[in-house]
Amino acid sequence: MLIPCPYCGQRDVSEFTYQGDGNRTRPNPSSTDRAAWNAYVYDRTNPAGEHREIWQHSGGCRAHIVVVRNTLTHAVVASSMARARTRADRREPT
Amino acid sequence: MAEYSALSILKNAFAGNRDWKPAWRKPEPKPTYDVIVVGGGGHGLSTAYYLAKEHGISNVAVIEKGWLGSGNVGRNTTAVRSNYLLPENSRFYEFSMKLWENLSHELNYNVMFSQRGVLNMAHTPGQLDDFARRGNALRHIGADSVMMTTAEIARLIPALDVSGSARFPIIGGLMQWRAGTARHDAVAWGYARGADRRGVDILENCEVTGFLREGDRIVGVSTSRGEIRANKVALAVAGSTGQVMRLAGIDRMPIESHVLQAFVTESLKPFLDTVVTYGAGHFYMGQSDKGGLIFGGDLDGYNSYAQRGNLPLVEEVMSETLAMFPGLARVRLLRSWGGLTDMSMDGSPIITTGPLPGLYLNCGWCYGGFKATPSSGFCFAWTIARDEPHPLTAAFTLDRFHRGLVIDDKGQGSTPRLH
Repeated sequence: MLIPCPYCGQRDVSEFTYQGDGNRTRPNPSSTDRAAWNAYVYDRTNPAGEHREIWQHSGGCRAHIVVVRNTLTHAVVASSMARARTRADRREPT
Repeated sequence: MAEYSALSILKNAFAGNRDWKPAWRKPEPKPTYDVIVVGGGGHGLSTAYYLAKEHGISNVAVIEKGWLGSGNVGRNTTAVRSNYLLPENSRFYEFSMKLWENLSHELNYNVMFSQRGVLNMAHTPGQLDDFARRGNALRHIGADSVMMTTAEIARLIPALDVSGSARFPIIGGLMQWRAGTARHDAVAWGYARGADRRGVDILENCEVTGFLREGDRIVGVSTSRGEIRANKVALAVAGSTGQVMRLAGIDRMPIESHVLQAFVTESLKPFLDTVVTYGAGHFYMGQSDKGGLIFGGDLDGYNSYAQRGNLPLVEEVMSETLAMFPGLARVRLLRSWGGLTDMSMDGSPIITTGPLPGLYLNCGWCYGGFKATPSSGFCFAWTIARDEPHPLTAAFTLDRFHRGLVIDDKGQGSTPRLH
Protein backbone atom coordinates (compact mmCIF):
# COMPACT_ATOMS: atom_id res chain seq x y z
CA MET A 1 0.00 0.00 0.00
CA LEU A 2 1.37 3.40 -1.02
CA ILE A 3 0.26 6.62 0.62
CA PRO A 4 0.85 9.95 -1.14
CA CYS A 5 2.27 12.37 1.40
CA PRO A 6 1.45 15.92 0.21
CA TYR A 7 5.00 16.95 1.09
CA CYS A 8 7.13 13.88 0.23
CA GLY A 9 5.10 12.18 -2.52
CA GLN A 10 4.24 8.46 -2.82
CA ARG A 11 5.72 6.52 0.09
CA ASP A 12 5.35 2.98 1.43
CA VAL A 13 2.78 2.42 4.20
CA SER A 14 5.56 1.25 6.54
CA GLU A 15 6.72 4.89 6.84
CA PHE A 16 3.34 5.95 8.24
CA THR A 17 1.56 5.58 11.58
CA TYR A 18 -2.19 5.22 11.62
CA GLN A 19 -3.86 7.79 13.88
CA GLY A 20 -7.40 6.56 13.39
CA ASP A 21 -10.76 7.62 12.08
CA GLY A 22 -10.78 11.17 10.70
CA ASN A 23 -14.56 11.55 10.64
CA ARG A 24 -14.84 12.33 14.32
CA THR A 25 -15.11 15.88 15.62
CA ARG A 26 -13.82 16.53 19.10
CA PRO A 27 -16.29 18.58 21.14
CA ASN A 28 -15.17 21.97 22.33
CA PRO A 29 -12.74 21.21 25.23
CA SER A 30 -14.89 23.21 27.62
CA SER A 31 -18.00 21.22 26.67
CA THR A 32 -19.64 19.18 29.43
CA ASP A 33 -22.01 17.40 27.03
CA ARG A 34 -21.38 13.79 28.06
CA ALA A 35 -23.24 12.29 25.10
CA ALA A 36 -21.10 14.28 22.67
CA TRP A 37 -17.86 13.20 24.36
CA ASN A 38 -18.97 9.55 24.49
CA ALA A 39 -19.86 9.65 20.81
CA TYR A 40 -16.48 11.20 19.99
CA VAL A 41 -14.53 8.61 21.97
CA TYR A 42 -16.47 5.41 21.21
CA ASP A 43 -18.67 5.65 18.10
CA ARG A 44 -17.41 5.01 14.58
CA THR A 45 -18.99 5.05 11.12
CA ASN A 46 -16.65 2.24 10.00
CA PRO A 47 -17.63 2.34 6.30
CA ALA A 48 -16.87 -0.32 3.70
CA GLY A 49 -15.67 2.06 1.01
CA GLU A 50 -14.16 5.52 1.20
CA HIS A 51 -12.96 6.34 4.69
CA ARG A 52 -11.45 9.61 5.90
CA GLU A 53 -8.59 8.93 8.29
CA ILE A 54 -5.57 10.58 9.91
CA TRP A 55 -2.06 9.24 9.34
CA GLN A 56 1.30 10.59 10.42
CA HIS A 57 4.32 10.35 8.15
CA SER A 58 6.34 9.32 11.18
CA GLY A 59 9.17 7.80 9.15
CA GLY A 60 9.47 10.87 6.94
CA CYS A 61 8.48 14.51 7.26
CA ARG A 62 6.42 13.76 10.41
CA ALA A 63 3.43 15.71 9.06
CA HIS A 64 -0.07 14.66 10.06
CA ILE A 65 -2.14 14.07 6.96
CA VAL A 66 -5.77 13.44 6.14
CA VAL A 67 -6.12 10.47 3.79
CA VAL A 68 -9.27 9.32 2.03
CA ARG A 69 -8.79 5.60 1.43
CA ASN A 70 -11.08 2.86 0.18
CA THR A 71 -11.29 0.20 2.90
CA LEU A 72 -12.40 -2.44 0.37
CA THR A 73 -9.45 -2.02 -2.01
CA HIS A 74 -6.88 -0.06 0.06
CA ALA A 75 -6.67 2.48 -2.81
CA VAL A 76 -5.95 6.03 -1.63
CA VAL A 77 -8.28 8.56 -3.22
CA ALA A 78 -6.95 11.80 -1.74
CA SER A 79 -4.51 13.15 0.82
CA SER A 80 -3.96 16.58 2.31
CA MET A 81 -2.24 18.20 5.26
CA ALA A 82 -4.23 17.81 8.47
CA ARG A 83 -3.31 21.33 9.53
CA ALA A 84 -5.35 22.77 6.66
CA ARG A 85 -8.40 21.09 8.10
CA THR A 86 -7.58 22.22 11.65
CA ARG A 87 -7.38 25.84 10.49
CA ALA A 88 -10.70 25.50 8.71
CA ASP A 89 -12.25 23.99 11.84
CA ARG A 90 -10.91 26.79 13.98
CA ARG A 91 -12.81 29.35 11.93
CA GLU A 92 -16.10 27.59 12.64
CA PRO A 93 -18.11 29.08 15.51
CA THR A 94 -18.19 26.76 18.52
CA MET B 1 -27.11 -44.98 17.05
CA ALA B 2 -24.93 -41.97 16.48
CA GLU B 3 -24.60 -41.05 12.83
CA TYR B 4 -20.82 -41.37 12.95
CA SER B 5 -19.47 -44.42 14.80
CA ALA B 6 -17.00 -47.21 14.20
CA LEU B 7 -19.91 -49.45 13.23
CA SER B 8 -21.41 -46.96 10.75
CA ILE B 9 -18.01 -46.41 9.12
CA LEU B 10 -17.60 -50.16 8.72
CA LYS B 11 -21.14 -50.61 7.41
CA ASN B 12 -20.77 -47.82 4.88
CA ALA B 13 -17.38 -49.11 3.82
CA PHE B 14 -18.94 -52.44 2.89
CA ALA B 15 -21.79 -50.64 1.12
CA GLY B 16 -19.31 -48.69 -1.00
CA ASN B 17 -19.86 -45.44 0.94
CA ARG B 18 -22.97 -44.71 -1.10
CA ASP B 19 -25.38 -44.26 1.82
CA TRP B 20 -23.86 -41.27 3.64
CA LYS B 21 -26.27 -38.37 3.90
CA PRO B 22 -25.05 -34.79 3.25
CA ALA B 23 -24.14 -33.15 6.55
CA TRP B 24 -26.81 -30.49 5.98
CA ARG B 25 -29.67 -29.96 3.54
CA LYS B 26 -29.90 -27.13 1.00
CA PRO B 27 -33.48 -26.02 1.69
CA GLU B 28 -35.44 -23.29 -0.05
CA PRO B 29 -36.24 -20.37 2.29
CA LYS B 30 -39.63 -20.57 4.02
CA PRO B 31 -41.63 -17.30 4.19
CA THR B 32 -41.53 -17.17 8.00
CA TYR B 33 -39.42 -18.50 10.86
CA ASP B 34 -39.43 -18.02 14.64
CA VAL B 35 -35.83 -16.80 14.56
CA ILE B 36 -33.49 -15.70 11.78
CA VAL B 37 -29.78 -15.84 12.56
CA VAL B 38 -27.82 -13.66 10.13
CA GLY B 39 -24.31 -15.02 9.62
CA GLY B 40 -23.41 -18.66 8.92
CA GLY B 41 -20.06 -18.65 10.70
CA GLY B 42 -19.14 -20.44 13.89
CA HIS B 43 -21.13 -18.16 16.19
CA GLY B 44 -24.27 -18.08 14.02
CA LEU B 45 -24.30 -21.85 13.59
CA SER B 46 -23.69 -22.57 17.27
CA THR B 47 -26.43 -20.07 18.16
CA ALA B 48 -28.88 -21.94 15.93
CA TYR B 49 -27.74 -25.27 17.37
CA TYR B 50 -28.27 -24.21 21.00
CA LEU B 51 -31.59 -22.50 20.15
CA ALA B 52 -32.84 -25.86 18.91
CA LYS B 53 -31.20 -28.03 21.55
CA GLU B 54 -31.47 -25.98 24.74
CA HIS B 55 -34.60 -23.94 24.09
CA GLY B 56 -36.64 -26.12 21.72
CA ILE B 57 -36.76 -23.38 19.06
CA SER B 58 -36.03 -25.24 15.84
CA ASN B 59 -38.01 -23.15 13.36
CA VAL B 60 -34.84 -21.20 12.70
CA ALA B 61 -33.04 -20.01 9.56
CA VAL B 62 -29.32 -19.31 9.40
CA ILE B 63 -28.66 -16.88 6.56
CA GLU B 64 -25.19 -16.80 5.04
CA LYS B 65 -24.01 -14.42 2.30
CA GLY B 66 -21.37 -16.80 0.94
CA TRP B 67 -20.90 -20.47 1.65
CA LEU B 68 -20.96 -21.93 5.11
CA GLY B 69 -17.85 -21.20 7.11
CA SER B 70 -16.30 -18.94 4.44
CA GLY B 71 -15.48 -16.19 6.92
CA ASN B 72 -13.47 -16.06 10.11
CA VAL B 73 -14.37 -19.56 11.34
CA GLY B 74 -12.16 -20.87 8.53
CA ARG B 75 -9.55 -18.11 8.72
CA ASN B 76 -8.40 -18.12 12.36
CA THR B 77 -5.32 -19.79 13.79
CA THR B 78 -7.45 -22.31 15.76
CA ALA B 79 -6.21 -21.53 19.29
CA VAL B 80 -8.62 -22.11 22.19
CA ARG B 81 -7.83 -20.66 25.62
CA SER B 82 -9.41 -18.85 28.56
CA ASN B 83 -6.43 -17.00 30.03
CA TYR B 84 -7.97 -13.53 30.41
CA LEU B 85 -7.45 -11.20 33.35
CA LEU B 86 -10.84 -9.65 34.03
CA PRO B 87 -13.51 -11.89 35.58
CA GLU B 88 -16.21 -10.91 33.04
CA ASN B 89 -13.98 -12.31 30.32
CA SER B 90 -12.26 -15.20 32.08
CA ARG B 91 -15.50 -16.69 33.47
CA PHE B 92 -17.11 -16.53 30.05
CA TYR B 93 -14.12 -18.06 28.23
CA GLU B 94 -13.68 -20.70 30.92
CA PHE B 95 -17.30 -21.73 30.38
CA SER B 96 -16.44 -21.98 26.69
CA MET B 97 -13.44 -24.17 27.53
CA LYS B 98 -15.72 -26.57 29.39
CA LEU B 99 -18.02 -26.77 26.37
CA TRP B 100 -14.98 -27.40 24.15
CA GLU B 101 -13.90 -30.30 26.34
CA ASN B 102 -17.08 -32.19 25.47
CA LEU B 103 -17.77 -30.75 22.02
CA SER B 104 -16.80 -33.71 19.82
CA HIS B 105 -19.03 -35.96 21.93
CA GLU B 106 -21.84 -33.42 22.04
CA LEU B 107 -21.89 -32.96 18.26
CA ASN B 108 -20.91 -36.56 17.38
CA TYR B 109 -18.39 -34.84 15.12
CA ASN B 110 -14.65 -34.94 15.67
CA VAL B 111 -13.57 -31.31 16.09
CA MET B 112 -10.06 -32.54 16.96
CA PHE B 113 -9.92 -30.47 20.14
CA SER B 114 -6.39 -31.00 21.39
CA GLN B 115 -5.51 -29.67 24.85
CA ARG B 116 -1.86 -29.18 24.08
CA GLY B 117 -1.47 -26.03 26.18
CA VAL B 118 -0.97 -22.36 25.35
CA LEU B 119 2.24 -20.78 26.63
CA ASN B 120 2.71 -16.99 26.90
CA MET B 121 6.39 -16.12 27.13
CA ALA B 122 7.76 -13.30 29.27
CA HIS B 123 10.86 -11.29 28.42
CA THR B 124 11.03 -8.75 31.22
CA PRO B 125 10.60 -9.04 35.01
CA GLY B 126 7.63 -6.65 34.76
CA GLN B 127 5.97 -8.92 32.22
CA LEU B 128 6.59 -11.93 34.44
CA ASP B 129 4.92 -10.13 37.37
CA ASP B 130 1.99 -9.27 35.11
CA PHE B 131 1.66 -12.93 34.07
CA ALA B 132 1.76 -14.05 37.71
CA ARG B 133 -1.07 -11.64 38.44
CA ARG B 134 -3.12 -12.94 35.50
CA GLY B 135 -2.33 -16.55 36.45
CA ASN B 136 -3.48 -15.93 40.02
CA ALA B 137 -6.65 -14.21 38.78
CA LEU B 138 -7.37 -17.28 36.63
CA ARG B 139 -6.77 -19.76 39.46
CA HIS B 140 -9.03 -17.64 41.61
CA ILE B 141 -12.00 -18.28 39.30
CA GLY B 142 -11.10 -21.96 38.99
CA ALA B 143 -9.33 -21.92 35.62
CA ASP B 144 -5.92 -23.56 35.32
CA SER B 145 -2.73 -21.62 34.87
CA VAL B 146 0.86 -22.23 35.91
CA MET B 147 4.13 -20.31 35.71
CA MET B 148 7.02 -21.98 33.91
CA THR B 149 10.75 -21.36 34.24
CA THR B 150 13.07 -20.94 31.28
CA ALA B 151 14.53 -24.42 31.91
CA GLU B 152 11.06 -25.99 31.80
CA ILE B 153 10.22 -24.06 28.63
CA ALA B 154 13.47 -25.21 26.99
CA ARG B 155 12.60 -28.84 27.78
CA LEU B 156 9.06 -28.41 26.41
CA ILE B 157 10.04 -26.60 23.19
CA PRO B 158 13.60 -27.56 22.21
CA ALA B 159 13.58 -25.46 19.03
CA LEU B 160 13.04 -22.21 20.92
CA ASP B 161 15.92 -19.76 21.29
CA VAL B 162 16.23 -19.60 25.08
CA SER B 163 19.81 -18.35 25.07
CA GLY B 164 20.67 -15.29 27.09
CA SER B 165 22.00 -13.73 23.90
CA ALA B 166 18.59 -13.61 22.19
CA ARG B 167 17.50 -10.06 21.37
CA PHE B 168 14.69 -10.47 23.92
CA PRO B 169 15.74 -13.34 26.22
CA ILE B 170 12.97 -15.56 27.57
CA ILE B 171 12.85 -15.39 31.36
CA GLY B 172 9.72 -17.44 32.02
CA GLY B 173 6.17 -17.96 30.93
CA LEU B 174 2.54 -18.52 31.81
CA MET B 175 1.11 -21.87 30.70
CA GLN B 176 -2.52 -22.92 30.45
CA TRP B 177 -2.40 -26.67 29.94
CA ARG B 178 -6.12 -27.15 29.25
CA ALA B 179 -5.94 -24.68 26.37
CA GLY B 180 -5.08 -25.89 22.90
CA THR B 181 -6.36 -26.05 19.35
CA ALA B 182 -9.36 -27.38 17.44
CA ARG B 183 -9.99 -28.01 13.75
CA HIS B 184 -11.98 -24.92 12.83
CA ASP B 185 -13.76 -26.26 9.73
CA ALA B 186 -14.99 -29.25 11.69
CA VAL B 187 -16.46 -26.91 14.30
CA ALA B 188 -18.50 -25.13 11.62
CA TRP B 189 -19.58 -28.38 9.95
CA GLY B 190 -20.35 -30.11 13.25
CA TYR B 191 -22.60 -27.29 14.47
CA ALA B 192 -24.20 -27.00 11.01
CA ARG B 193 -25.05 -30.71 10.96
CA GLY B 194 -26.28 -30.65 14.56
CA ALA B 195 -28.54 -27.67 13.85
CA ASP B 196 -29.76 -29.09 10.53
CA ARG B 197 -30.71 -32.45 12.08
CA ARG B 198 -32.82 -30.55 14.64
CA GLY B 199 -34.74 -28.76 11.88
CA VAL B 200 -32.77 -25.55 11.36
CA ASP B 201 -32.67 -24.32 7.72
CA ILE B 202 -29.19 -23.24 6.65
CA LEU B 203 -29.55 -20.87 3.70
CA GLU B 204 -26.27 -20.30 1.90
CA ASN B 205 -25.65 -17.69 -0.82
CA CYS B 206 -28.37 -15.60 0.76
CA GLU B 207 -27.28 -12.01 1.40
CA VAL B 208 -29.26 -9.68 3.65
CA THR B 209 -30.09 -6.53 1.67
CA GLY B 210 -32.39 -4.82 4.16
CA PHE B 211 -34.66 -5.17 7.16
CA LEU B 212 -38.45 -5.47 7.23
CA ARG B 213 -40.03 -3.24 9.84
CA GLU B 214 -43.38 -2.65 11.45
CA GLY B 215 -43.06 0.69 13.16
CA ASP B 216 -39.84 0.50 15.15
CA ARG B 217 -39.87 -3.26 15.27
CA ILE B 218 -37.70 -5.49 13.07
CA VAL B 219 -39.95 -8.26 11.67
CA GLY B 220 -37.68 -9.90 9.12
CA VAL B 221 -35.09 -9.38 6.42
CA SER B 222 -35.09 -8.88 2.69
CA THR B 223 -32.43 -11.02 1.07
CA SER B 224 -31.04 -11.90 -2.31
CA ARG B 225 -33.37 -14.93 -2.14
CA GLY B 226 -36.51 -12.97 -1.25
CA GLU B 227 -38.18 -11.63 1.88
CA ILE B 228 -38.09 -13.76 5.03
CA ARG B 229 -40.08 -12.83 8.12
CA ALA B 230 -39.41 -13.73 11.74
CA ASN B 231 -40.32 -12.58 15.25
CA LYS B 232 -36.68 -12.30 16.14
CA VAL B 233 -33.68 -11.42 14.00
CA ALA B 234 -30.25 -12.15 15.47
CA LEU B 235 -27.02 -10.79 14.01
CA ALA B 236 -23.72 -12.67 14.24
CA VAL B 237 -21.85 -11.07 11.36
CA ALA B 238 -18.51 -10.15 13.02
CA GLY B 239 -16.55 -7.75 10.80
CA SER B 240 -19.64 -6.85 8.74
CA THR B 241 -21.59 -5.65 11.79
CA GLY B 242 -21.28 -1.99 10.83
CA GLN B 243 -22.54 -2.67 7.30
CA VAL B 244 -25.53 -4.73 8.42
CA MET B 245 -26.44 -2.28 11.20
CA ARG B 246 -26.41 0.50 8.63
CA LEU B 247 -29.16 -1.39 6.77
CA ALA B 248 -31.15 -1.20 10.01
CA GLY B 249 -30.62 2.57 10.12
CA ILE B 250 -27.90 2.64 12.79
CA ASP B 251 -24.83 4.26 11.28
CA ARG B 252 -22.49 4.45 14.28
CA MET B 253 -21.24 1.52 16.34
CA PRO B 254 -18.44 1.10 18.90
CA ILE B 255 -16.64 -1.08 16.34
CA GLU B 256 -13.93 -0.75 13.72
CA SER B 257 -13.26 -3.44 11.10
CA HIS B 258 -9.60 -4.34 10.71
CA VAL B 259 -7.60 -6.97 8.86
CA LEU B 260 -5.68 -9.73 10.62
CA GLN B 261 -3.30 -11.86 8.60
CA ALA B 262 -2.40 -15.50 9.20
CA PHE B 263 0.21 -17.78 7.70
CA VAL B 264 0.92 -21.47 7.22
CA THR B 265 4.18 -23.15 6.26
CA GLU B 266 4.81 -26.35 4.35
CA SER B 267 4.31 -29.52 6.41
CA LEU B 268 7.08 -30.35 8.85
CA LYS B 269 7.66 -33.34 11.09
CA PRO B 270 6.48 -32.88 14.70
CA PHE B 271 8.15 -29.66 15.80
CA LEU B 272 5.87 -27.88 18.25
CA ASP B 273 3.33 -29.78 20.38
CA THR B 274 1.92 -26.72 22.12
CA VAL B 275 0.82 -23.20 21.17
CA VAL B 276 3.37 -20.55 21.99
CA THR B 277 3.13 -16.75 22.04
CA TYR B 278 5.95 -14.22 21.88
CA GLY B 279 5.82 -11.56 24.56
CA ALA B 280 8.29 -9.09 23.06
CA GLY B 281 6.03 -8.51 20.08
CA HIS B 282 2.66 -9.88 19.11
CA PHE B 283 3.00 -13.37 17.72
CA TYR B 284 1.57 -16.87 18.21
CA MET B 285 2.29 -20.22 16.62
CA GLY B 286 0.96 -23.75 16.67
CA GLN B 287 1.42 -26.82 14.49
CA SER B 288 -1.50 -28.49 12.76
CA ASP B 289 -1.97 -32.25 12.75
CA LYS B 290 -1.03 -32.15 9.06
CA GLY B 291 2.33 -30.64 10.03
CA GLY B 292 2.03 -27.03 8.86
CA LEU B 293 3.07 -24.33 11.29
CA ILE B 294 0.13 -21.95 11.68
CA PHE B 295 1.01 -18.52 12.96
CA GLY B 296 0.07 -14.88 12.99
CA GLY B 297 0.85 -11.57 14.61
CA ASP B 298 -0.67 -8.17 15.00
CA LEU B 299 -3.40 -6.46 13.03
CA ASP B 300 -2.23 -4.46 10.04
CA GLY B 301 -3.50 -1.54 12.08
CA TYR B 302 -5.84 0.42 9.80
CA ASN B 303 -9.53 0.08 8.94
CA SER B 304 -10.04 -2.55 6.25
CA TYR B 305 -12.71 -4.76 4.71
CA ALA B 306 -10.33 -6.21 2.12
CA GLN B 307 -9.68 -9.62 3.75
CA ARG B 308 -6.04 -9.23 2.76
CA GLY B 309 -3.18 -7.33 4.32
CA ASN B 310 0.05 -5.64 3.36
CA LEU B 311 3.71 -6.61 3.32
CA PRO B 312 5.16 -4.60 6.27
CA LEU B 313 3.16 -6.75 8.68
CA VAL B 314 4.26 -9.92 6.87
CA GLU B 315 7.87 -8.85 7.36
CA GLU B 316 7.27 -8.11 11.05
CA VAL B 317 5.65 -11.51 11.67
CA MET B 318 8.49 -13.32 9.90
CA SER B 319 11.09 -11.47 11.97
CA GLU B 320 9.25 -12.49 15.13
CA THR B 321 9.20 -16.10 13.91
CA LEU B 322 12.96 -16.05 13.51
CA ALA B 323 13.56 -14.28 16.83
CA MET B 324 11.83 -17.22 18.52
CA PHE B 325 12.84 -20.07 16.22
CA PRO B 326 16.07 -19.25 14.35
CA GLY B 327 15.99 -22.79 12.92
CA LEU B 328 12.93 -22.00 10.80
CA ALA B 329 14.83 -19.58 8.54
CA ARG B 330 14.69 -21.86 5.49
CA VAL B 331 11.18 -23.22 5.93
CA ARG B 332 8.93 -22.22 3.05
CA LEU B 333 5.70 -20.35 3.57
CA LEU B 334 2.79 -22.12 1.91
CA ARG B 335 -0.01 -19.62 2.16
CA SER B 336 -1.16 -16.40 3.82
CA TRP B 337 -4.59 -14.84 4.09
CA GLY B 338 -6.53 -12.13 5.89
CA GLY B 339 -9.64 -12.09 8.03
CA LEU B 340 -12.06 -9.29 8.76
CA THR B 341 -12.10 -8.61 12.52
CA ASP B 342 -14.71 -6.61 14.43
CA MET B 343 -12.56 -4.65 16.87
CA SER B 344 -14.61 -3.27 19.74
CA MET B 345 -13.61 -0.18 21.70
CA ASP B 346 -12.55 -2.13 24.81
CA GLY B 347 -11.46 -5.43 23.27
CA SER B 348 -14.43 -7.32 24.72
CA PRO B 349 -17.48 -8.68 22.88
CA ILE B 350 -21.09 -7.54 22.72
CA ILE B 351 -23.96 -10.02 23.23
CA THR B 352 -27.23 -8.26 23.83
CA THR B 353 -30.87 -7.73 23.04
CA GLY B 354 -31.60 -4.78 20.78
CA PRO B 355 -30.61 -2.12 19.97
CA LEU B 356 -33.95 -2.19 18.08
CA PRO B 357 -37.05 -4.16 19.12
CA GLY B 358 -36.94 -7.61 17.53
CA LEU B 359 -33.18 -7.39 16.97
CA TYR B 360 -30.40 -9.26 18.84
CA LEU B 361 -26.74 -8.47 18.48
CA ASN B 362 -23.58 -10.57 18.78
CA CYS B 363 -20.34 -8.83 17.73
CA GLY B 364 -17.12 -7.18 18.86
CA TRP B 365 -15.05 -10.40 18.98
CA CYS B 366 -11.88 -8.63 17.93
CA TYR B 367 -9.55 -11.39 16.79
CA GLY B 368 -10.46 -13.86 19.54
CA GLY B 369 -13.86 -15.12 18.49
CA PHE B 370 -13.01 -18.70 17.59
CA LYS B 371 -12.36 -19.86 21.16
CA ALA B 372 -15.73 -18.40 22.14
CA THR B 373 -17.71 -20.27 19.46
CA PRO B 374 -19.51 -22.69 21.82
CA SER B 375 -20.23 -20.26 24.68
CA SER B 376 -21.08 -17.36 22.38
CA GLY B 377 -23.76 -19.49 20.71
CA PHE B 378 -24.94 -20.89 24.04
CA CYS B 379 -25.33 -17.48 25.70
CA PHE B 380 -26.67 -15.75 22.58
CA ALA B 381 -29.31 -18.47 22.16
CA TRP B 382 -30.31 -17.91 25.80
CA THR B 383 -30.57 -14.15 25.18
CA ILE B 384 -32.72 -14.67 22.09
CA ALA B 385 -34.99 -17.31 23.66
CA ARG B 386 -35.56 -15.53 26.97
CA ASP B 387 -35.18 -11.87 25.95
CA GLU B 388 -32.69 -11.37 28.74
CA PRO B 389 -28.92 -11.73 28.95
CA HIS B 390 -27.30 -14.94 30.17
CA PRO B 391 -25.60 -14.23 33.54
CA LEU B 392 -22.18 -14.86 31.97
CA THR B 393 -22.71 -12.24 29.27
CA ALA B 394 -24.75 -9.70 31.23
CA ALA B 395 -21.78 -7.30 31.22
CA PHE B 396 -21.32 -7.51 27.43
CA THR B 397 -23.87 -4.81 26.67
CA LEU B 398 -23.80 -2.35 23.79
CA ASP B 399 -24.40 0.69 26.00
CA ARG B 400 -21.53 -0.06 28.38
CA PHE B 401 -19.28 2.35 26.48
CA HIS B 402 -21.56 5.30 27.05
CA ARG B 403 -22.14 4.28 30.68
CA GLY B 404 -18.48 4.02 31.64
CA LEU B 405 -18.58 0.23 32.17
CA VAL B 406 -15.96 -0.87 29.67
CA ILE B 407 -14.24 -4.26 30.06
CA ASP B 408 -10.74 -3.43 28.89
CA ASP B 409 -8.58 -6.52 29.51
CA LYS B 410 -5.45 -4.94 28.03
CA GLY B 411 -6.08 -1.42 29.32
CA GLN B 412 -5.61 0.15 25.90
CA GLY B 413 -8.56 2.54 25.90
CA SER B 414 -10.73 3.20 22.87
CA THR B 415 -7.99 2.42 20.33
CA PRO B 416 -9.36 -0.69 18.60
CA ARG B 417 -6.21 -1.47 16.61
CA LEU B 418 -4.26 -1.99 19.86
CA HIS B 419 -6.57 -4.52 21.56
